[in-house]
Amino acid sequence: MNIMSEAAVEKALDKKMNDISYKMIGKDVSVYYGDKRALYDVNLNVRENTVTALIGPSGCGKSTFLRTLNRMNDTIEGCRVTGRITLDTDDIYDPNIDVVELRARVGMVFQKPNPFPKSIYENVAYGPRIHGLAKAKADMDGIVESSLQKAGLWNEVKDRLHEGGTGLSGGQQQRLCIARAVAVSPEVILMDEPCSALDPIATAKVEELIHELRANFTIVIVTHSMQQAARVSQRTAMFHLGNLVEENDTDKMFTNPDDQRTQDYIMGRFG
Amino acid sequence: MSISFLLLIVAIIGVAGYLIGSWRANALAGGKLSSLHSRPGYYGSYVAVWSMLPAVVVLLVWIVASPIYISSTVRAGFPEEVKATSQAEQNLGYNMISAIARGLRVLAPEEREAIFKDGSTARTVLAGKGVPLAADPAPYMLTSADSLNRMSQASSTFLAIVVVLTALAGAVFSYRVIAPKFRARNRVEGVMLVGLIAASSIAILTTVGIVASMLTEAVHFFNRVPAWEFFFGTVWDPRFAAAGSTDSSGQFGLIPLLAGTLYIGFVAMLVAVPVGLFAAIYMSEYASRHVRSVAKPLLEVLAGIPTIVYGFFALVTVGPFLRDLSAQLSGLVTGDYSNFIQAQSVLTAGFVMGIMLIPYVSSLSDDIITAVPRALRDGSLGLGATRSETIKRVILPAALPGIVGALLMTASRAVGETMIVVLAAGVAARIQINPFEPMTTVTVKIVSQLTGDLEFTSPQTLVAFALGITLFVITLCLNIYALYIVRKYREQYE
Repeated sequence: MNIMSEAAVEKALDKKMNDISYKMIGKDVSVYYGDKRALYDVNLNVRENTVTALIGPSGCGKSTFLRTLNRMNDTIEGCRVTGRITLDTDDIYDPNIDVVELRARVGMVFQKPNPFPKSIYENVAYGPRIHGLAKAKADMDGIVESSLQKAGLWNEVKDRLHEGGTGLSGGQQQRLCIARAVAVSPEVILMDEPCSALDPIATAKVEELIHELRANFTIVIVTHSMQQAARVSQRTAMFHLGNLVEENDTDKMFTNPDDQRTQDYIMGRFG
Repeated sequence: MSISFLLLIVAIIGVAGYLIGSWRANALAGGKLSSLHSRPGYYGSYVAVWSMLPAVVVLLVWIVASPIYISSTVRAGFPEEVKATSQAEQNLGYNMISAIARGLRVLAPEEREAIFKDGSTARTVLAGKGVPLAADPAPYMLTSADSLNRMSQASSTFLAIVVVLTALAGAVFSYRVIAPKFRARNRVEGVMLVGLIAASSIAILTTVGIVASMLTEAVHFFNRVPAWEFFFGTVWDPRFAAAGSTDSSGQFGLIPLLAGTLYIGFVAMLVAVPVGLFAAIYMSEYASRHVRSVAKPLLEVLAGIPTIVYGFFALVTVGPFLRDLSAQLSGLVTGDYSNFIQAQSVLTAGFVMGIMLIPYVSSLSDDIITAVPRALRDGSLGLGATRSETIKRVILPAALPGIVGALLMTASRAVGETMIVVLAAGVAARIQINPFEPMTTVTVKIVSQLTGDLEFTSPQTLVAFALGITLFVITLCLNIYALYIVRKYREQYE
């Protein structure tokens, strides 16, 4: 990690936010599971080096939208996506795009920690290895160490890199999964309720980590916790019944939202 | 009164008992069902159980005991000179008496009297009624048969009375017990529990019984042939022709049979494991739901084909095909059209057995691969791994212990398989490594040692039990080890 004071980082990031650059642009995105329509013409842009939180009641389509961003929906049988999503300038649903390369650029962290039944080292090295990112063993060691450091896990596991990844605690497992995603050096990291299976202390650690990762990555996070969205994100998008209700600065969203439904949801009147 | 009629009466008493019992419980409750301990049906069931169960037990005991009693009484009535003869002769005599008794029951009274006046006509008269006799009956046999008939008549009448009385007594007793606080449900469920336990212990006890009987016969064998000669002998030459004569000690070396068994099993696994595993990977990872719903049952149909059909297939199709193919090949290469693959060979048997094992491998591995959590798949795909990388690097390693377990179970089937090798492997017990030559297996030798007219006292037949117990121990060990591995693997995800 760069040696920069936290204040300096914030300042640099805020400056970046002022001249808005969009990392991913979703235009008229609709998703169908078989005959059932799950998303209705969503237009949502993801800003670079920003944490964008997707909120909304269960079944509102926020996870579905997240999974369209790296085409994880392809693995679900009967799922169909229409509309246009671009990463930088590439249409990710273009038939010429290699989904494998896309997922290397847009990584994902899942709801439940899912380390592979391999050692900690092998878990992190998995991505770089399949993408051929490291030539020599020393390169790989470097990638593993820096990834674990970015995930804030290095100090806890450096003495037992070759023990099983499934033996870690839930919070450590989730940070291992983040390290695993970071190791491929993606441009965007998608997180699908990454803290829902964790206790409050582990959650705090992961949230802190998300905050730091923002410097190097663009992050989209689905969460059920309003507080979490408010703590970690700069932009928030509210989904309801498959529609994007509102997308705004997080501060504005939680103090003075434009839409009545957002207000009601945040106040806990439904959902 | 016939047994089935008796059972019908008991059943009627039982049903009546059920109805009366529930009615009585309802009456006691007086419309307030909550004042009863159990629901009325349980009181009815309680009465029904008491009416039927003791009566049926009495019936069963009687059916077993009464012929024994009658037989010993009849034999006691034999004339002294018959009693002096050997046990086998007495048995013959008794069998004839029961035949005559059966015949006497269907004769008209005047025919009966004719037989009793002149015993020599008995054979023809009875033959006319469809009861053939081996010889002309001795005079004492007719009277014995008559008394046998009288006794069994009395026995069945008595039985009917006792059973019906038992049923009624049970019904009355249980009816009187009914009271609101009586715990009928617990009693009825207790009876059900005992029934369930009995059902499951039948399977276990049968296994124990089979093993015990194999063990005792195997011990007889090892009394005649030293164990080390059996387990470490390299020559299998049981000398069938000499069986029964004094110097009949053949050589019973297990090694050639075991070698054949393992060799053929190995060839079978060579066929079954790759094909089955690839089929499983396709089914679980690549096939769409439509393909899967059609192809998986079709593949499992293979498992339902009787193994004798596979043996057939090996004998009339695969064996001759391989033989002719090898003849053509050697003709092309050397100009000499002689086959180098025998019709009955390790290859034929192993190949066909491998085909038979494919569905076991694929079905078991498919279940195990499907059980790998979806989260692992997503995790790998989400990192940009391709499907095949995900399978090779994440799913198969995670599923490996389970797959190994499945393969061990399949191997134990291969070792115990009989019909295919009987038809396709040959009978020559020898140790060699050419897969194109016939070899034989433990199971083939068990079949050939037991099919024949030898009595069960010579080592030639007793060796089958030693072979059987060896085979049993091998497959048991494989299965236990496989279960151990599979269990250990399951714990990882629960």
